[in-house]
Amino acid sequence: MPTPASPPDADSAAQAAEAAEAAARRSYGKLVAILAGRTRDVAAAEDALSEAFAAALADWPARGVPQAPEAWLLTVARRKRVDAVRRDRLDEEASRQLLWLADEIDEHDPSAVPDRRLGLLFACAHPGIDAAVRAPLMLQVVLGFDAATIASAFLVAPAAMGQRLARAKAKIRQAGIGFEVPACDALRERLDAVLDAIYAAYAEGWSDPEGADARRRNLAGEAIWLGRLLASLLPDAPEALGLLALMLHAHARRDARRDAAGDYVPLAAQDPARWDAALIDEAEALLSRAGRLGQPGRFQLEAAVQSAHAVRRRRGEADWSAIEQLYEALATLTGSPVAALNHAVALARTRGPQAGLQALQPLGADRRLADYQPYWAARAELLLQAGDRAEALQAYTRAIGLESDPAVRRFLQRRAEAASVGTPPQDQADPPGRFARD
Amino acid sequence: MEYMLLIHSDPSGFEAAPPAQKQEALAAYGAYTQALQQAGVLRGANRLRPPQAATTVRLESGKTKVLNGPYADTREQLGGYFLIDVPDLDSALSWAARCPGASHGAVEVRPVWPLGAD
Repeated sequence: MPTPASPPDADSAAQAAEAAEAAARRSYGKLVAILAGRTRDVAAAEDALSEAFAAALADWPARGVPQAPEAWLLTVARRKRVDAVRRDRLDEEASRQLLWLADEIDEHDPSAVPDRRLGLLFACAHPGIDAAVRAPLMLQVVLGFDAATIASAFLVAPAAMGQRLARAKAKIRQAGIGFEVPACDALRERLDAVLDAIYAAYAEGWSDPEGADARRRNLAGEAIWLGRLLASLLPDAPEALGLLALMLHAHARRDARRDAAGDYVPLAAQDPARWDAALIDEAEALLSRAGRLGQPGRFQLEAAVQSAHAVRRRRGEADWSAIEQLYEALATLTGSPVAALNHAVALARTRGPQAGLQALQPLGADRRLADYQPYWAARAELLLQAGDRAEALQAYTRAIGLESDPAVRRFLQRRAEAASVGTPPQDQADPPGRFARD
Repeated sequence: MEYMLLIHSDPSGFEAAPPAQKQEALAAYGAYTQALQQAGVLRGANRLRPPQAATTVRLESGKTKVLNGPYADTREQLGGYFLIDVPDLDSALSWAARCPGASHGAVEVRPVWPLGAD
């Protein structure tokens, strides 16, 4: 890149940096999808793209932001890719790659950058990619998050996360995983994996309700962004609409989960006036659109549960019998012990604590719940309502020891204290951490 | 694999806390210890007396030197440890995140180096 003759003034430099950052955020996945579309070399595409962003930071302050920033970035990144192939490889593979790259440059109008992110999302959630790395991979290649940020969000060592991402990209390249949207019959199954990965990213972001960790708080927002992207690209996929509705419902209650003192407020004790009405309305519209398509599924059911909670806005009380039935359907459909746990909690609401405890009984043997805080908190709450204070205290202690969020830990400690002095239970039969991944 | 969870935190925060808060903090550690036990992963744990109680010894050119105070003069000090046995680093990190020390300080996760291992 030529260096400008005079140093750029601070204002235009800041503007250009902002424009470059905005373009990076908006266009990252789009550009990766195009740059790696033929060669399937995601890592090389990302390298070329980061060089292009660096070039933009040097060039734009001096010459102004180009009219079509995406196309500018794409052109520069392609040039960098070609340079890199020429530099690194001298074999037949290199000439094939150069041909592909030349092909791509010719086949499009340079100012119109096509959107192939959907194919990229499907590649990230391909069955050949380890399920645990799908969500991190999407965050990196579609949104441009760095490995250290993703590692913090998923509670994994940064070095290990970097290796897992690199391995997944090598797999895409070596196994030749295509960036195509699967055909009808395979679409549904493959879509589930995409939805799961987006939801996993949302759940990780949700677990920082205090918003203390800006990166993590961002993650929930970015997952919603991916959900919106997916719903706009697949408007007739009911589960894609269902997932977006679910995330928007949950997001609407984000701020209501803490009081002014920063203490945890369980769902049942939240003030509906603090819920975001616009997000709830949007979620409701999505859910009814999904319903009209006539293919119920896991995410629509989960969104419907949230919708049944949201009716408290109008009726003053959640629709517990609907919640109870929806969780029963979810538990049957998914076999998830977390759905069964939530069903037991809902049963306690509709038929009393003994019915809830009875439904909880078989779950005690499920090893997947042994270290799951909401199980112990729910058990404690139901035992307390049933009058078994000693057992309730033990379950509270277990829940406290398993919780990592200090505000929720404090809440549980206070509930345990109240239980030990015999304060009658309040209306709070709501296991904290409802959105933890199952 | 065995991992040592080393809790580093500023002891003055705890010292200055009102009694009810101190009790709550200790109860949280009690519950955490119990959760580790019930998960079958706890191998050992101890709380350490504050850095004022520390004495540091080293041998320099054949002479012993004994100093009052901790080895590192930093605001955050080693305050205790948990030794756990879990399958891998991922699960060690998830237990570290649950340790109350992670919210009032920092928890360093170090794999144990068994004698004789490379």
